[in-house]
Amino acid sequence: MSIEVRIPTILRTYTGGEKAVTAEGASLAALIDDLEANHPGIKERLIEDKNGADTLRRFVNVYINDEDVRFMGSLEAELSDGDQVVVLPAVAGGSN
Amino acid sequence: MAGAPTLACVLTIDQATYDAIVAHAKRDHPDECCGIVAGPEGSDRPERLVEMVNAAGSPTFYEFDSAELLDLYKQMWANDEEPVVVYHSHTATEAYPSRTDIGLASEPNAHYVLVSTRHWAEARDETGDGNNDAPIEFRSYSIVDGEVTEEEISVVPARPAP
Repeated sequence: MSIEVRIPTILRTYTGGEKAVTAEGASLAALIDDLEANHPGIKERLIEDKNGADTLRRFVNVYINDEDVRFMGSLEAELSDGDQVVVLPAVAGGSN
Repeated sequence: MAGAPTLACVLTIDQATYDAIVAHAKRDHPDECCGIVAGPEGSDRPERLVEMVNAAGSPTFYEFDSAELLDLYKQMWANDEEPVVVYHSHTATEAYPSRTDIGLASEPNAHYVLVSTRHWAEARDETGDGNNDAPIEFRSYSIVDGEVTEEEISVVPARPAP
């Protein structure tokens, strides 16, 4: 199983500057664990602990084949060989 | 970050793009406006203005819609572009990055432009004139690892040749 993961500029410190890496996992959670095994520190930037459960960070967007994973079960979203995953930090802010 | 001195950068932007960002901020007031100016990767040249919808639709917060964000980045990857400028407006406060802006800044190579419409809106509300001459604050910053550095802005008549 091989899944291409597109890495945003701000997280490329974890991938040795690579814009895309391959990883594997049958779910997004498993994929992120696999990423962490090869690129230590990256998981913490994607996931936070909320009431004892791993949750995708509010201002991190992850897409599987162009679909926002928040509409596909978030960390439980299923993955198949050849899927394309994109990670993009939200572009957000404001005066408050 | 030890040892590396913080060098002040300059944002060079053409007048038409500058004016379009100001116009966008006025149009969306009292909500915050947002968008980017893309340019060739590594060039530091803001060339292609992309006005985005503020999915938060708020006077105190902005966020790109997640599907539009992906479309935007896919376009830029296809064109070998990157976001050279990321801009948004503050509508009641100064054009300086808030703690939220700093915490969420995720493009270390971008110029973060902040526009404030507060003085323009006050003048408009007093005189009823939306074309008043009250100053629009237009400032640029780099935001890297929570560190904010204000940059000079050079507005040029037309985009300098590559």
